Amino acid sequence: MTRRGRVALKVVVWGVCLAPLALLAYRAWNDDLGANPISFITNTLGDWTLRILLASLAMTPLRIVFGLSWPITLRRLLGLFAFFYVCLHFSVWIVLDFFFDWPRMWADIVKRPYITIGMAALVSLIPLAATSTTGMIRRLGARNWTRLHRLAYVAAVCGVLHYTWLAKVGVKDPYWYATALVILLGVRVWEWGRRAMRRRHAAAAVGSRAENQLS
Amino acid sequence: MLIRRAPRFTESQITDPKLYLSRRELMSGAAAALVLSPSLASAAAPAPVLAPLVATRNAAFSVTDTATKVEAATTYNNFYEFGVNKDDPSRLGHTLRPRPWTVRVDGFVNKPKTFDIDELIKLFPLEERVYSLRCVEAWSMVIPWVGFPLASLLKRVEPNGQAKFVEFTTLLDPNQFPAQKPGFFGFSSLDWPYVEGLRLDEALHPLTLLTVGMYGKVLPNQNGAPIRIVVPWKYGFKSAKSIVRIRLVGEQPKTAWEKAAPAEYGFFSNVNPAVSHPRWSQADERRIGEFRRRPTLPFNGYADQVASLYTGMDLKKFY
Repeated sequence: MTRRGRVALKVVVWGVCLAPLALLAYRAWNDDLGANPISFITNTLGDWTLRILLASLAMTPLRIVFGLSWPITLRRLLGLFAFFYVCLHFSVWIVLDFFFDWPRMWADIVKRPYITIGMAALVSLIPLAATSTTGMIRRLGARNWTRLHRLAYVAAVCGVLHYTWLAKVGVKDPYWYATALVILLGVRVWEWGRRAMRRRHAAAAVGSRAENQLS
Repeated sequence: MLIRRAPRFTESQITDPKLYLSRRELMSGAAAALVLSPSLASAAAPAPVLAPLVATRNAAFSVTDTATKVEAATTYNNFYEFGVNKDDPSRLGHTLRPRPWTVRVDGFVNKPKTFDIDELIKLFPLEERVYSLRCVEAWSMVIPWVGFPLASLLKRVEPNGQAKFVEFTTLLDPNQFPAQKPGFFGFSSLDWPYVEGLRLDEALHPLTLLTVGMYGKVLPNQNGAPIRIVVPWKYGFKSAKSIVRIRLVGEQPKTAWEKAAPAEYGFFSNVNPAVSHPRWSQADERRIGEFRRRPTLPFNGYADQVASLYTGMDLKKFY
């Protein structure tokens, strides 16, 4: 892909990722957030956190399945936008929902499984955001960095469970997210399995060649 | 049909509320003209112009809190027959036809009867009562309802000695309630029809209001037209909407929410800040229209009137 193409792609990603926030601001400005604005804002930000996080996890499967390499260049940007939305989601909870009632919030984190796991998702994204720069990749070494960034899977699983556990009976949306996540992780598992198999075949081939030479 | 808010397509098309409200007035005028013109009226669905109801304010049974804005009370609803989202009932409510309508009152009674809704409304003097409404989802509203005590109706049909509970059944009609149609893979949110129930003494309590209107007008479809129950000391889902049958029974009815999630929604479901929902706290609530949470009161503030109904009961066990 040309440099211009890459820039255009990033501009599109910025636009798509900022649009929900702009729409939210627009609706707030027009007093059009419905009867329960705090709940509407919280839910919207949570929804977009999950969508963007799942989008970031879709970049590798696009390479595995369709052989496309350019989506990988968007992965960091998408991951950071997911972190941005989860921070907003969390801030709204602290400021608008509970207005700094720390004991009450702590009690919920400890007692309510959907909040506990939501916190786990948020916390597991922090080191990823902190080590997202090229400098950090170099400092950690590609191998360690890759290992650390598998936390993205933990964050996504916890995030989807967070929504599944809080949703009331009959709400289907969490199951769509769960389905998407299962597909995205399933593609990776399939790819790992295939690679492991190929390695074993290669090792077996080397082994038999060595035997042949010995005889 | 005519008066629904136009669907939103893009943000640039979102109409200033002032504009669409004036448009709404214009359209209701147009709808009235349609009704007056017989040839056109047959082609048009009934316009949701809500008829005013004459009722006397019962101050003794009213809270003094400011009533929730009618726009909020009619657009932020839980009415699963239309869908699980808060705006589904107001968006899709037009599919419900509240006339003609009958309510069957039967079971363990001496005088079972099927009432026509218009006959039923005229049986007893209508009262306006401002009640607070606490949803199990930890939000609340204050709503001026119009209706009469359920006890008046029950006394008329004369419950006999076998009657121990009252069961309310909501209309079952997938053509009028779109969410009653099975969805993907036969997936349905609740086991239809919606069934709710009260113990007989709860049903006979003077606070229990058989409700036909709110804010001085007949009930909008999304709020349970044409007739619903309002039990202000219990979580909102106990107050069945669009009722077609009231049956006096000997056994505790199996309610729709108990069937769906028995660990979360008990038969009694009295508002109780000391008993958490398994997934969230019930200690406080957000009053719609207010910014800060406010503490939830035992029995939703009606403890003086109703706590005696539950003397000796472990409310943690009978949640």
